[in-house]
Amino acid sequence: MSAYNLDITKDRCPMTFVKTKLKLEELEEGDTLEILLTTGEPLNNVPRTATEQGFTVVETTLVRENIHKVVIRK
Amino acid sequence: MALTDSQIERYSRHIILKEVGGKGQQKLLNSKVLIIGAGGLGAPIALYLAAAGIGTIGIADADSVDLSNLQRQVIHFTPDIGKPKVISAKEKIQAINPDVQVRTYQQWVSAANIMELISQYDFVVDGTDNFAAKFLINDACVLAGKPYSHGGILQFVGQTITVLPGESTCYRCIFPTPPPKDAIPTCSQAGVIGVLPGVIGSIQATEAIKFLLGKGKLLAGRMLTYDALEMKFRDVTINRNPNCPICGENPTITQVRDELELLTVCDLEKP
Repeated sequence: MSAYNLDITKDRCPMTFVKTKLKLEELEEGDTLEILLTTGEPLNNVPRTATEQGFTVVETTLVRENIHKVVIRK
Repeated sequence: MALTDSQIERYSRHIILKEVGGKGQQKLLNSKVLIIGAGGLGAPIALYLAAAGIGTIGIADADSVDLSNLQRQVIHFTPDIGKPKVISAKEKIQAINPDVQVRTYQQWVSAANIMELISQYDFVVDGTDNFAAKFLINDACVLAGKPYSHGGILQFVGQTITVLPGESTCYRCIFPTPPPKDAIPTCSQAGVIGVLPGVIGSIQATEAIKFLLGKGKLLAGRMLTYDALEMKFRDVTINRNPNCPICGENPTITQVRDELELLTVCDLEKP
């Protein structure tokens, strides 16, 4: 099982999800993707859209002010 | 080959879609579509396929842009009058999307060239305006096993069907032979509302994209008709015809031929 990383803290909607989506496509069953994103719109939307497309959000943690870590598993 | 940053941005609204994604977009970029006819139907077909990032677009038409084309052939602009349609179309395709390789064929398709032409493409779109070409394209695609989209427009009414040779209804299953010569109105007599090819051509482009992605339900075995005056769409299921002269049980057409009787209908009447 592999773990991937992605930093979308500098991106804005919809590129936040576009980049997430491209990474998620590389995942095999059981792989995880750790995403760094800003609190607010990306935190509200990226995990929700990933869930809608069949992925599982396994962790959401505040890592520093205004930045969250979200772990998504296929 | 990975998508570049600018491709990721250009195709972002495709990539977001579950049915497309980066992999689907890559498929489109690796696809080849031939558009026969750079007129009313060919215009939206070429514009949307270019925007969608179809990697190679072939476009065949022998005609040049005429002032009377501009009411509906939205790929051609006023300064293009007199220019070969395939060149005018190529310029717009490349202006929209430099990712697209354009191959131009400034010629009419005929029995002599069509098999070689379609063999280089994954999908063919019929954007022609005459029965001779429509029957020729159907026959060639059925014989070559090449999937294609048929489209036709007249006045306020349009129709389209997607043909998957050997699997779904072909044009000759529905119309075994061309209509008698006198029954066919000429372009100048019949007229066409300018937005009509925009609707039908956009549907044909959608079918090409869905076929290339392998997603959704194609308009195969179903003819969609559109009446712009009544603003009604109808979707009629049409089964394969066992007596179809080309894809039936005992086919009588085994090679392409030009319907010479019909060739005069539209374009050859021009001076």
